[in-house]
Amino acid sequence: MKNDYAQLPVGLFRPAPFDEAAAELTGYAPYSYWRSTFRTFIRNPISVGLLLVIVVFCAMGFLYPVFSNVDPNRVDLETSQWNLSPQSGHPFGTDGLGRDLWARTWHGTRTSMLLGFIIAVLDVGIGMVVGALWGYVRRLDRPMTELYNVLNNVPQPVILVLLPYILRPGFWTIIIALCSTGWIGIARFVRNKVISIRDAEYNVASRCLGTPLHRMISRNVLPYLVSVLIMEAALTIPYSIGSEVYLGFIGLGLPLDTVSLGNLVNLGKNNFMLYPYQLAWPTAIVAAITISFYIVGNRFSDASDPRNHV
Amino acid sequence: MGSYILKRLGQSLVTVVIVVVSVFMLLRLMPNSGYFTREDYVNMDQAARTAYLRNLGVLDNPFVQLAHFAGGLMKGDLGRSISLYPRSPVSSIIAEKAPYSLCFGLASIIISMSLGLGLGVLMARHKDGFADWMGTLYVTVVRAIPSLIWLFFIQLWISGLMGWPMIFYLDRPVSWILPTISFSLAGLGWYAIWLRRFMVDEENRDYVKFATSKGLPRTRVMRGHILRNAMVVLVQYFPQQILLTIAGSLLIESLYNIPGMGGLLVSAVRQQDNPIVQTIVLLYAVLGVLGVFLGDLLMAFVDPRIKLADCSGKGA
Repeated sequence: MKNDYAQLPVGLFRPAPFDEAAAELTGYAPYSYWRSTFRTFIRNPISVGLLLVIVVFCAMGFLYPVFSNVDPNRVDLETSQWNLSPQSGHPFGTDGLGRDLWARTWHGTRTSMLLGFIIAVLDVGIGMVVGALWGYVRRLDRPMTELYNVLNNVPQPVILVLLPYILRPGFWTIIIALCSTGWIGIARFVRNKVISIRDAEYNVASRCLGTPLHRMISRNVLPYLVSVLIMEAALTIPYSIGSEVYLGFIGLGLPLDTVSLGNLVNLGKNNFMLYPYQLAWPTAIVAAITISFYIVGNRFSDASDPRNHV
Repeated sequence: MGSYILKRLGQSLVTVVIVVVSVFMLLRLMPNSGYFTREDYVNMDQAARTAYLRNLGVLDNPFVQLAHFAGGLMKGDLGRSISLYPRSPVSSIIAEKAPYSLCFGLASIIISMSLGLGLGVLMARHKDGFADWMGTLYVTVVRAIPSLIWLFFIQLWISGLMGWPMIFYLDRPVSWILPTISFSLAGLGWYAIWLRRFMVDEENRDYVKFATSKGLPRTRVMRGHILRNAMVVLVQYFPQQILLTIAGSLLIESLYNIPGMGGLLVSAVRQQDNPIVQTIVLLYAVLGVLGVFLGDLLMAFVDPRIKLADCSGKGA
């Protein structure tokens, strides 16, 4: 084919000189998985806003108890201090025993957040390791599936009532009870993912080269699952906070002298007709935290999907 | 196929036995004082207490008790309640409570399945549109906020707004509405979000692109291709969901004061009413395992490409 460069209008085009550096650029895209995930995530104002909500509540929950000396359990003997509506000195009012709801709310936020974080870390940590082994080691499949079926069919209330006889009832008992059934769900999820990549070519190649099991799992399999696992963790937190509220309602939750959002919601519910604010504040905070974690978790999982990266 | 079904039933039986035996043994770890009410314990002397416990049979070796329970089970005798409904047969307690949970559960499954699947199709059809946005908002609220909170507000506000009774009366059908709605809401969100997810996944498949490029109208692609394939994944959960409606819901039943199954397990475990706990654990385990099994069969029935007998050989 004949080149007709000469016929092009002179003013509109000019020949570019050859630039070796510029030629390199087109051949190599500076792609970083985590940076792209972060950038895709940050682009959405809703996710950033909700992430801020989480950060603010975390900060309040963890810093308030450190810097304030109001005791959330201090009962006021003066009846004039009972059931106060929100006012200066008591921004959220006081409850039926004159305890300051502002202090109780932030102490409760700390307890519930801590509960959620610990359960998420334990569930995802155990679920990740066990799930990877379960999916990768074929011999483990039968016994683990059986264990899954059994654990899935033992009703949770049975565990929740029996555990306090073995351990002392309290914060850690609830954590163990919720984890005892939570980890296997995540392990099952990880196992299904692992099975789908177990026999991919790069894994077969690694196995042929004699890569030991622990390195196969830690280097070849788990990095594939990091984004899914972070999402699982982000979704376990609102689930655990919600479970604590539910357990408080059925009377199997934290002891009543432990300040938690679940206990606050359940106490506030009893007085809702007379003093609606006693339910409103803890409820609003539970809802804000759980919704934020839920949406941020989902958005993060969208952002971590390389197909959504540009 | 026949041998596959037999094998699966055998495996299911093993699971049920392990579950029931382990719960049975765990219950025997509880202290003996739990079998008394507080007044009884104070009023009885040591000899009377021992006689009472011996009469209940809880002083025997746990394995003897287990054999006793299994023997009774063979004859259809599930034992008698200890503390919750003293001396009434467990089977009649459950026969009395289960119909409430079953009726509400089945009604809500019908509602949540039809509305939820419809919403799911709508959301997938208008992805990123208004319907999708509203549906996502609904699902987020229902799934993220602890259900106790929104159930409580529904009971409080809607019953006030409509002038309906706040609690359940058997002879006033208008008081059945709110519990049924409450039972349906979470399920509705579940069906909608998963159907949407699976349909959106299917939409990017090659066969869908091919059908579209052939010039098939979008409604036919949606109904005949995408929906059918998306339902295959979802359909395996239906039997278990339907069977386990018998468990009821503790929250809703206690909010509306419905005498259903929801609270029975929790109050029985707390009052150490072992015969009731054992029976309920047995019942739920059988139904749960059976539900998974039926789900697999249903999935193979809906999607003829799935061959169960072959999968079982691979140890799936």
